[in-house]
Amino acid sequence: MATPRDNSTLTEMLPPFVVGIIILAAWEAACRFFAIPAYLFPAPSAIGQSLIADGPSLMRALWSTLKVALIALGLATLIGSIVAFLFVQNRLIERSFFPYAVIMQVTPIVAVAPLIIILVKNTQVALIICATIIAVFPIISNTTIGLRSLDSGHKNLFAINNASRLQSLIYLRIPSALPFFFAGLRVASGLSLIGAVVAEFVAGTGGRSAGLAYEILQAGFQLEIPRMFAALFLITMTGILMFSVMVVLSKVALGPWHDSEHEQEA
Amino acid sequence: MKGNVVPMFDPPGPPDQKPEGAPARPLLRLTGISKTYANNTVALEGVDLDIRPGEFLTLLGPSGCGKSTLLKMIAGLAAPSTGTIDWPQSSYDALGEPDRLLGFVFQEPTLLPWRTVFDNVYLPLKLAGQRKAAVRERIMEVLAQVGLTRFANAYPRELSGGMKMRVSIARALVTNPRVLLMDEPFAALDEITRTKLNNDLLKLFAKQNLTVIFVTHSVYESVYLSSRIVVMSARPGRVSSDMTIDAPYPRDEEFRTSTIYNDYCRRASEALRQAMAESPEEPE
Repeated sequence: MATPRDNSTLTEMLPPFVVGIIILAAWEAACRFFAIPAYLFPAPSAIGQSLIADGPSLMRALWSTLKVALIALGLATLIGSIVAFLFVQNRLIERSFFPYAVIMQVTPIVAVAPLIIILVKNTQVALIICATIIAVFPIISNTTIGLRSLDSGHKNLFAINNASRLQSLIYLRIPSALPFFFAGLRVASGLSLIGAVVAEFVAGTGGRSAGLAYEILQAGFQLEIPRMFAALFLITMTGILMFSVMVVLSKVALGPWHDSEHEQEA
Repeated sequence: MKGNVVPMFDPPGPPDQKPEGAPARPLLRLTGISKTYANNTVALEGVDLDIRPGEFLTLLGPSGCGKSTLLKMIAGLAAPSTGTIDWPQSSYDALGEPDRLLGFVFQEPTLLPWRTVFDNVYLPLKLAGQRKAAVRERIMEVLAQVGLTRFANAYPRELSGGMKMRVSIARALVTNPRVLLMDEPFAALDEITRTKLNNDLLKLFAKQNLTVIFVTHSVYESVYLSSRIVVMSARPGRVSSDMTIDAPYPRDEEFRTSTIYNDYCRRASEALRQAMAESPEEPE
């Protein structure tokens, strides 16, 4: 059953890949033809060289940023799900707290980050808080909608079979909410990385725990533009990777092999 | 008239079949049922109905006659504004809730998409606290009855509309209900599938010592399936007429072409026309 799909993914992936090659080639050619200095706009080859030469330090920075993003994503998932459950239990709770969740979401994190960094002594913790604040909202709103969006037929089915509140939650509400939750998780994965990078920019901390944002800042100060591009490239790749992992995760969880025995033990 | 409901088959160990001659107590007694919604729409008014064990009773009527609402009330999913629903043959718990022992087949199959056919049928037993290992045979038995043994491990999205409805019927039967409530279960299916499911439903009805309360707006379906048709008029929903289909079970395709079937179809159509005449036009 999966074979025709696999073929189509290959044909789907080919055109953007070709476009990418063409753009890179044109970029390289233009940089060489117009002899643009690397400190203004580096050619892809220069970025590649920097990626190799500065590899160890960039990877260390990447790991530092990734760690913040992953911890923030984990916290956002946990907190977001719990908050969504509380919202669904009681309309008054939702009405009282939802506006504040929205306020947290719409206030630019760049504006709040300095405050958090001043208030929280440990920079690492401050970074994680910033990234969590921005990643938590899509999980809260999606999971809440998911837990609420019950099919009325299913509701009647459970009522006729005298299902308890807990049974309805475990066997009906949570599975119904899973697709919504995973959609929220995809968005949150990207936001957690953005949150981590933005917070690092504001904090500007160097030293052992310096992240990719610090590398970008430093490279900018020292006019090491290829290195800056290399760091940027790594951030983008990490974002794509995190997004892809979430897609795979949701496919695995919602896939047709999904065995009820696992839920039963829970 | 009331006495000549066709005697049912002779199943092994029937729970509540009375000896011949004695008038069977109704399984279900509806007295003065009315339903008025908050916006003062009267959905049902003064419905009295006795449902006897072993009947295949169809509620036939135009849309808006409250037949689905009536079914939901019997199932305990909705409460009447006035009137009572008694289960003379059932025990009542401390809260005054009757032990209804019913299965409900909805208009939609309402299967859980994340569960296999087997687990969907298992659901009512699971909610009743039964372990899967203990009821595996029972589940396979009902799946065999609806002809889906081979699809036990399939997911609902892999099934056709008719097969999904079969799973829904199996799920309703798995608890061995005394009453099967069916709310226009085949309305969304094509004619051929519908005919097939009608025949299969009659076979199950004959084998299981069931009482069926069936809602439809198809005259032909109601005559083909039922031992009794209650025709309802709309706005407000009332019982317009109550007719017995005095044709023996088992019924098959031959019955569909018989004179008696055509005769009953004509009479049911006439009764429905009468009920429509009693119903004011739908307000826009």
